[in-house]
Amino acid sequence: MESFFSRFKNVLVLVVVLLVQTIGLAIQVRRPVVVGAPDGAKVTLLRGWAVGAITPIERFLHWIGSGVRYGWSNYIDLRDTRQKNRELKDEVARLRLEQAQFAEDALQGHRLQVMLNFQRSYVTSTVAAQVIGGSGTDQSRVLYIDKGSNDGLKADQAVMTPDGVVGKIREVFPHTAQVLLLNDPTSGAGVLLASTRIRAILKGSQGGHTVITNLTSDSRIKPGEKVLTSGGDQVYPRGLNVGVIESIAPDPEHQPYTLIQVKPATNLFQLEEVLVITGGQGDLPLLAQQDLASGLKTAKEIAEAKAKAKAEADAAAAEAAARSAAEIVSDKLPSLQEKDAANGINPADGTVKPTAQNPAGVVPRPVPALHPDRYTPGTTPPASSLTPGAQHPVTTYPAQPAPAPRVVAPRPAEGDATTTPEGETPAPKPVRPPVPRSERPATSTPPTSTTPPSAQEKRPAQEKPAAPENENPNN
Amino acid sequence: MPSLSYTSRRELEEHSFSPAVTLLIPVAAIILQVLLSKLYWRFSMLDLPLIVAIFFAVSRRSPTVGTLTGAAIGLAQDALTGRPIGVNGIAKSVIGYVGASIGVQVDVDNLTTRVVMNFCFSLLNSLILFLINRRLLGQEGVHPQWVQELLRALANTVIAIPLFLLLDTTKREES
Repeated sequence: MESFFSRFKNVLVLVVVLLVQTIGLAIQVRRPVVVGAPDGAKVTLLRGWAVGAITPIERFLHWIGSGVRYGWSNYIDLRDTRQKNRELKDEVARLRLEQAQFAEDALQGHRLQVMLNFQRSYVTSTVAAQVIGGSGTDQSRVLYIDKGSNDGLKADQAVMTPDGVVGKIREVFPHTAQVLLLNDPTSGAGVLLASTRIRAILKGSQGGHTVITNLTSDSRIKPGEKVLTSGGDQVYPRGLNVGVIESIAPDPEHQPYTLIQVKPATNLFQLEEVLVITGGQGDLPLLAQQDLASGLKTAKEIAEAKAKAKAEADAAAAEAAARSAAEIVSDKLPSLQEKDAANGINPADGTVKPTAQNPAGVVPRPVPALHPDRYTPGTTPPASSLTPGAQHPVTTYPAQPAPAPRVVAPRPAEGDATTTPEGETPAPKPVRPPVPRSERPATSTPPTSTTPPSAQEKRPAQEKPAAPENENPNN
Repeated sequence: MPSLSYTSRRELEEHSFSPAVTLLIPVAAIILQVLLSKLYWRFSMLDLPLIVAIFFAVSRRSPTVGTLTGAAIGLAQDALTGRPIGVNGIAKSVIGYVGASIGVQVDVDNLTTRVVMNFCFSLLNSLILFLINRRLLGQEGVHPQWVQELLRALANTVIAIPLFLLLDTTKREES
């Protein structure tokens, strides 16, 4: 037995070492696997020892490097500083103008969100941190920053730069924190395509790219579209800039899904300073709320002034249109207008206005026929007066009265000699007996009367002068 | 006067290192790796801890020591990543064992041997990592990118040659 161990000592050591590490791996990756989740307590302890041993050296070297860079950039490399300063001032002026425009858009967006009862988590507090190291390998894309739990950092807090999202905190140590980058294969973030509003999951790829693999082919998705955080992952606040779509191609391994490659807004390979989002809330910060309230008040005043001006303009236009229509009617039908108005009839469309006696405002009665026949309303006896089987009595139709004399406005342009001057009453013409329908000349044109039925009904039918068949009442 | 009497090639070319060197060189390699990859992300393709593990394994010519050295370097490397601890530990344990075993058989101080050895060990390291990720960790999305791995092996070999020459100076003289 002793010779066996001494003979296979090397192999046994290898087997034991591999076995121990394999068991350790199995413990760490036991199911269910939560991607990007912090490690267990024992693993964190091991990692903490290694990080505690390495990061002080990294911090020291980073301090030296920063000192050298600071000395170079602030004391030695000051060429073109004045020119750059002038350019920056111009840019600041330009940005102020843009800021004013963006503020207006932000106010509008906030109003719409309020209208939609939209909950948004606003970034209220951040902690600035410097990147002091990384994993040193492309198999795991993590960073180490110089702030830890003593600075209020916690796991799963979002990390970003002014350009966009960087990743999230994975492990927190007292003075250091490990940041899992967006392009790590175990990373994931809920995103929203800005223009199409399609939600997706952004993941890191083996090659260090950020990709979306859970969308099927959609013609609306095009390269160049902006990608924002959706807020659905409860890690990244909604609306943060992630990047733009770089390319879209079918995913050969997961058909019918597409492989959408996203170019991160932040250069994830060259990070120096980052911001850790340590606080967010549903409402805006106090200062922002005051600014927003001021802006809302101003916007409301502007909107009210615009609405008032528009209402006045509409009223003036309506009044002018009504006056114009009334003038036209009065020019054409001056006599009827007065009567219609007296009877509550709208001269424009002939409808009856609602009055105290007739609140429904019913449709006016039909114009009396000049030549009544059996189809004329009112000439047919009611069914209650008829006897079944009785002989139908011969019906005689009363002669229709001629239209009432009226005043016609002079129309000199037409030059009609028969036109009656305004104020004159034409002499009544002889009454002709009613002609049966079959005997009427084919060329005869039934005249129309614009006399109100109420005025006609007041007079007996036989007293009304009958109008000639070929008379045009407008002449 | 004591005289040197070597009974085998292993005893003839077996080197030892001071504890400080044994401890500091792997740590320096890890830190340098981190700093280089922070300086320029393409340098993350290199694997300086692997080169150091190979160097110690072939120099000591003890598979047991090589295995333990490789495991220690790999575990320290794993601790700085976001991955499960043990992935690099397993890979570098195997590399240390195989490196030490080869060092007994061949002249590992020869330049050509070093080039071939580093290139092959780098590829072996990539293969073991792929198998661990795919088989042990069940990461189905991991695919072999052999072109990149070949480039990585080439880069490691290019870096390893001068680094081996530099590390040769840390060998302790046998008395």
